[in-house]
Amino acid sequence: MPMRSPSRFALAVGTLVAGLLVAGSLLAADAPTRVAARAAQPVIEPARGGQCVQDPAFMRRNHMELLRHDRDATVRAGVRDTRYSLKACIGCHASKTNDSVNSASTNFCQSCHAYAAVKIDCFECHASKPAPGAAHVVVKP
Amino acid sequence: MSGNNEPVDPAGGRRGFLGVAAAALAGVLLAPGVRLIEIAQAAPGAASATAGARRGVRWGMLIDSGKCASGCTDCVTACNTENGLSGGTLPTDSQWIRKIEIKEVRTGKTQSLPMMCQHCAEPPCVDVCPTGASFKRADGIVLVDRHSCIGCRYCVMACPYQARSFVHEPLAGQKPDVPRGKGTVEGCTLCVHKVDRGEQPACVTACSDAGHGAIVFGDLNDPQSEISRRVAQYPSRQVREDLNLDTGVRYLGI
Repeated sequence: MPMRSPSRFALAVGTLVAGLLVAGSLLAADAPTRVAARAAQPVIEPARGGQCVQDPAFMRRNHMELLRHDRDATVRAGVRDTRYSLKACIGCHASKTNDSVNSASTNFCQSCHAYAAVKIDCFECHASKPAPGAAHVVVKP
Repeated sequence: MSGNNEPVDPAGGRRGFLGVAAAALAGVLLAPGVRLIEIAQAAPGAASATAGARRGVRWGMLIDSGKCASGCTDCVTACNTENGLSGGTLPTDSQWIRKIEIKEVRTGKTQSLPMMCQHCAEPPCVDVCPTGASFKRADGIVLVDRHSCIGCRYCVMACPYQARSFVHEPLAGQKPDVPRGKGTVEGCTLCVHKVDRGEQPACVTACSDAGHGAIVFGDLNDPQSEISRRVAQYPSRQVREDLNLDTGVRYLGI
């Protein structure tokens, strides 16, 4: 009896730990699925160009600031540097299927903005497609 | 989504490959150290493209109404095509340039001339704008910054040349170089996107292509420019000179 009880105890503890681990891993695997079911994940279509003008993590947070800065420089002062221009963004990120960044729910701008629930006003005035036949700008890092 | 906890992009490998492929295509060496993209960026006007509007410049036009053919609307068509305008002539359609016929009442002599934003040095549209959306660039081009235009249309009322239009309906299919949208005022931009590239406005090119050559575009502040020499040589007029607006668009033969 004293010889067998520790092994039984160990077995019980082992089973409990194993059960917890399995349950934990199941829960962990379940979490993204439940989030995905609640809101459609953004579909990031591959870009046409080589490298973005900035690190993707930086762009996710700051693209609107860059665009706002350059829009004033372009409209007011006529500085048409293409580094952070909306036209250059569209040239690279336009979908290969419908040639747009904003027309379909899977398009680059639209899919992320739908996920973040932020309305885009840009394309009420700006073209969401690159100029026909225009080569997209490859930006050097 | 903090900086050190970025979600892994599942398409990273594919995108990486595409990036390499695109870079390989665009980066094809034509000669040692010369790539297609660098030639494109070194195109004429590229230097001024980064410099922006220069302060010493005053862009203007000299329109010879003697050379302007009655019934010819090539400048209007070119403007509509370049800027993505519908070309409609309803009161609610945008019209950046129009052809007008003037007639001397006593003699019956008629003349034809295009009328558009006169790009005044003292623009009334800028004076009345409550948000600062209507503004004059350093090089004299009068524009609307649609980002801050609230569509009040004070400028439409203030302009003595009826050169401004209001966009009433939602638009689609705008030109990438010419953003336009509902609820904002617009007018002739002197094809600012072309001027910044070192090109001439679309109407000027169309007029000379049609063989009339009635419009000369250039820098009024540069005494060596074609337009300045002509203004110095021939008697040119401003429309509504009495308003002392110092227009950038001048006319010959009216």
